[in-house]
Amino acid sequence: MTTTNSPILSVQGLTKHFPGGREGFFGKRDVVQAVDGVTFDVAPGEALGLVGESGCGKSTTGRLITRLLEPTAGSVVFEGQDISHFSNAQMQPIRTQLQMIFQDPYASLNPRHTVGTIVSTPFKINKVTPEGGVKKRVQEILEIVGLNPEHYNRYPHEFSGGQRQRIGIARALALRPKLIVADEPVSALDVSIQAQIINLMKDLQKDFGLTFVFIAHDLAVVRHFAQRVAVMYLGNIVEIADRDTLYATPKHPYTKALLSAVPEADPDAVGARERIRLTGDVPNPINPPSGCRFRTRCWKAADICATQAPALLQIGKTQVACHFPE
Amino acid sequence: MSAFLEVKNLSVAFPTEDGVVQAVDSLSFSVEKGKTLGIVGESGSGKSVTSLAILGLQKGSRAKVSGQIWVDGNEIVAASESEVRKLRGKAMSMIFQDALAALHPYYTVGHQIAEAYLVHNDVSKKAAMARAVEMLDRVGIPEPHKRVNDFPHQFSGGMRQRAMIAMALSCNPSLLIADEPTTALDVTVQAQILELLRDLQKEFGTAIILITHDLGVVAETADDILLMYAGKQIEYGTVRDVLQVPQHPYAWGLLTSIPRLTGDPNLALTAIQGAPPSLISVPSGCAFHPRCTYVDNVGAACSTLIPELIPVSEGKHHSVRCHMSAKVREQLFTSQVAPHL
Repeated sequence: MTTTNSPILSVQGLTKHFPGGREGFFGKRDVVQAVDGVTFDVAPGEALGLVGESGCGKSTTGRLITRLLEPTAGSVVFEGQDISHFSNAQMQPIRTQLQMIFQDPYASLNPRHTVGTIVSTPFKINKVTPEGGVKKRVQEILEIVGLNPEHYNRYPHEFSGGQRQRIGIARALALRPKLIVADEPVSALDVSIQAQIINLMKDLQKDFGLTFVFIAHDLAVVRHFAQRVAVMYLGNIVEIADRDTLYATPKHPYTKALLSAVPEADPDAVGARERIRLTGDVPNPINPPSGCRFRTRCWKAADICATQAPALLQIGKTQVACHFPE
Repeated sequence: MSAFLEVKNLSVAFPTEDGVVQAVDSLSFSVEKGKTLGIVGESGSGKSVTSLAILGLQKGSRAKVSGQIWVDGNEIVAASESEVRKLRGKAMSMIFQDALAALHPYYTVGHQIAEAYLVHNDVSKKAAMARAVEMLDRVGIPEPHKRVNDFPHQFSGGMRQRAMIAMALSCNPSLLIADEPTTALDVTVQAQILELLRDLQKEFGTAIILITHDLGVVAETADDILLMYAGKQIEYGTVRDVLQVPQHPYAWGLLTSIPRLTGDPNLALTAIQGAPPSLISVPSGCAFHPRCTYVDNVGAACSTLIPELIPVSEGKHHSVRCHMSAKVREQLFTSQVAPHL
């Protein structure tokens, strides 16, 4: 996607290593390389999808962007400011612009607080008084996300999973942020409810000009929400492209395998599609394979893949990190 | 014609402080050897309760089970616990969704696989362990003779699920119930596990009941689909019929609301309004009527009368619970639903 305006979010060589266990009492600590050198830009008003399997570092990336975690290396530049090592006090004004929607609508809402309290907390913390008072504004937001404003005094347990996710979205929207990081916002919901929430978030993106980083494992969900998609594997981005290019002509073998593994609800499509079956599981991020991290499961792997990590290079409309792209 | 598993008018109710929860209501279906039935529904639609009833696992609980379940000529509902126990593991067994929770953390994987084999076969412990190694090998665990002595936490998610399958299949059961076997797994591993189930079914002629909320998984593995809503079966037929010419408005809603890899991604998904009902206060008449877009086509019957399960056309193995006439349904489907598929 070519945009003339500068990106709202720019991530450069983002890396996060977590300390792991020790080998013996005096042994060296293991290092879990959760995210390793991730680079991408997000343009204002765009929705970037971040896809990958469990343990690929997509959630850690989301938490680094919102600075719930501090990066080990690399930078996060939000609206021209490098926030990668900001203190909590420095982050405070930025947090009004940068919000998050969480996966589990049961765990992310305090069961002892009413919906009114939950959605008005961002105002209290950031000492913002909207026009017409907090209560009026909160009720407006509840209405925007499709909840009954009269439910202001109800508790989370009185709502269904889909409604709770709407409460989480209302809370994220409260301060009119510019960028929302949504971490698996629909994966805990029933199929019929998923579509409601996806449609709601799409409408919000259009109406408020929001920018989204949409983290999900479900390629079909991402296809319906994001304009650009980045595929992650074991802490690296292996491919980024605009949606139509990525889904029509995947360049990285992993993207191809991932797409071919998605089951389709059409009996005629079964057998008609090319099948790629990956063997084994995702390797341990404590001790990732040398060179290309995907090589242990890749059917194209050659000697160079074990010695040299492929760089993310532009091929056509796609950026891909592979020695033998499709 | 006698199917390996035959369920007739199965109902399961739980008395609770808030009232009776009718979790499963007059369910009837059958599965033949070598075939797979997919039971599809959202959370709380009664899928898992059905599978527990087939295994007779509600005996001794407060659940009220009625109807008949015939497994290979044995009736389960009226049978005693000890009679069902003899069938469990041997004639029928189950794969659970969360393999980490279903495996015992204190015992090795091999020990747990051998246990079931020892109970049902008069063999030595050594022979049972050999069988465990053989089964682990069969489900594709590398170096099975070593991994057999591992504990569940030393296995990855996909390997644990494989170990569960090995355990469930160790006595060559004729009926396998898989309750969301791949929901907790990544897509690439899910594809491996589904393929494994298909291969094993071909080899052993197992009858499989696959419980899932994922229509894609069903399309790839099942022969028949039973669609459940609020404890009732609302549509039942072959995969091809139910997914390509679905009859119930709920089926239409599900099929148009799932995001797909084909079609125009810029079109908004057609969501089903509202949320699934609580089983304590199931809506009167057709349980789906408060969420149905097409209630106006029928009138009062939807909210007062429970629709019967009737064949879509005479003599066809495709039945639906809906008050709309077959003709109206066909018109609505071609004009309003099919364009969104």
